[in-house]
Amino acid sequence: MDLRELYQEVILDHGKNPRNHRFPESYNREGRGYNPLCGDKIALRLQLEGETISDVGFVGQGCAISQASCSTMTEAIKGKTVPEVEALFSKFHNMVTSDDGSGEDLETLGKLAVFAGVREFPMRVKCATLGWHTLRQALHEESGEAVTE
Amino acid sequence: MTEASPIVAAPSERFDVQRVREDFPALHQDVHGKSLVYLDSAATTLKPQSVIDAVDEVYARDCANIHRAVHLLSQRATVRFEEAREKVRAFVNALNKREIVFTRGTTEAINLVSQSWGRSSLREGDEVLVTELEHHSNIVPWQILCQQTGAKLVVVPMTDRGEVLRESFEQNLSERTRLVAMSHVSNALGTVLPVQEAIALAHERGALVLLDGAQAVSHVDVDVQALDCDFYAFSGHKLYGPTGIGVLYGKERLLDKMPPYQGGGDMIRSVTFEETIYNDLPYKFEAGTPHIAGAIGLGAAIDYFSSFDARLVHAHENAVLRYATEALEAVPGLRLIGTAPGKVAALSFLMESAHPHDIGTIIDAEGVAIRTGHHCAQPVMEHFGIAATARASLGIYNNREDIDALVAALWKVRELFG
Repeated sequence: MDLRELYQEVILDHGKNPRNHRFPESYNREGRGYNPLCGDKIALRLQLEGETISDVGFVGQGCAISQASCSTMTEAIKGKTVPEVEALFSKFHNMVTSDDGSGEDLETLGKLAVFAGVREFPMRVKCATLGWHTLRQALHEESGEAVTE
Repeated sequence: MTEASPIVAAPSERFDVQRVREDFPALHQDVHGKSLVYLDSAATTLKPQSVIDAVDEVYARDCANIHRAVHLLSQRATVRFEEAREKVRAFVNALNKREIVFTRGTTEAINLVSQSWGRSSLREGDEVLVTELEHHSNIVPWQILCQQTGAKLVVVPMTDRGEVLRESFEQNLSERTRLVAMSHVSNALGTVLPVQEAIALAHERGALVLLDGAQAVSHVDVDVQALDCDFYAFSGHKLYGPTGIGVLYGKERLLDKMPPYQGGGDMIRSVTFEETIYNDLPYKFEAGTPHIAGAIGLGAAIDYFSSFDARLVHAHENAVLRYATEALEAVPGLRLIGTAPGKVAALSFLMESAHPHDIGTIIDAEGVAIRTGHHCAQPVMEHFGIAATARASLGIYNNREDIDALVAALWKVRELFG
């Protein structure tokens, strides 16, 4: 088991210095995420203009994987439309959970592809998807909080 | 037969941990290509071969239901099940076997007291006292009970070292306190609570005391008569026994008056559609076919554990704990959470650069198994303003080499995270 597969430089960097780690000045969508297994908590706010995410930020605490995943996610979704974000989520989710490791879409995932190694660590998949579940909750205005359980 | 303990301990003042390690097959395996270092006994202890054999034998030979059929297999199973109850009685020094109820574990034992004693005894305005150190399973059953009865949950705070002081305990006891439910030993921090004093104080006010002994039974002496506690709950799987079996000790005069917890087979004397007459203690509280193999396995675990001089076991574990405390304190950026004097068997800690979950994954790759998270004690985490800790916890089989391996693995965390 190679830990460097999991803890890639990009992940360590974003884990230590998460980007968009602040709430945007104006927002019209909000989501809260919680992983009861480890206590990770995330609050995410975004500004949706029409179908496009014009700004997004989050605050929270958690492990390197969850913080880095949330950080890279905010970078990846800014300026994208909701359907584009949904497609991205679906590819990301597939990458970190698929058994065969096919990863045919890795290139289209850009920087997010660094999370491919998470697949080898089933106990950590929820860390990598917490931000994404929170995002989807915010986009779809589901009440309560996203729980990765 | 595994009636007799497989270990015949020669009278010796020295605790031979190497020999103990040979009794635990799960210790002798590689994980991720490294020798396993098991430091998660507070979650569950590994099982000695004698326990595994005892469980195996139930299914391979004495496989029958108990207290029912007249055939030989059922007879043998019944005898061994009741022998296990007697072993539990002797282990906690209860007055008689009627005071020993088999449950699924500590959690079910606490829920039993909450729903049977609590629902039939508590009224609006009564108080149930717990401490800030409790495991969720000694909080939530009382919250449910309070919702059902209108009673109030009162919390005794802990200090920043993770202690519960006699003074704060006394301050929170009131004329309305009906029950004190507290840990004997904290699962998250290893603190040994001042239960003897608490029981005396509670009894002065006429309150009953339930002790959650899940973390205590393998690390401190438990004598329910000397303690004079009213209820004592513990799990088999934290005492080198199987999962799915636990014990509720209760004073007979209390259990006698309590209504059944669950209805079903074995807990009745006679049933008609008009009236059901309940069985005697402890069967009144054991509805349905119990975990027969689990109880017998727990009996074997008690045989195993009792084959050692408990003083030597505790002294050995405390020596490893002291060694571990010093070794961890020497790791730069590491902070111990919970530093109560006289604590046992568990070391909760944080590292500056890495989240507990990352620590857990990285040292797992080095073969070191610890627990990370809130340890089902979120109020404890909240007290320290944190979400989680890493926790290394000790069992009878741990030695200094295990601690050296832990520290070496923690240096890998520093390498990766700085």
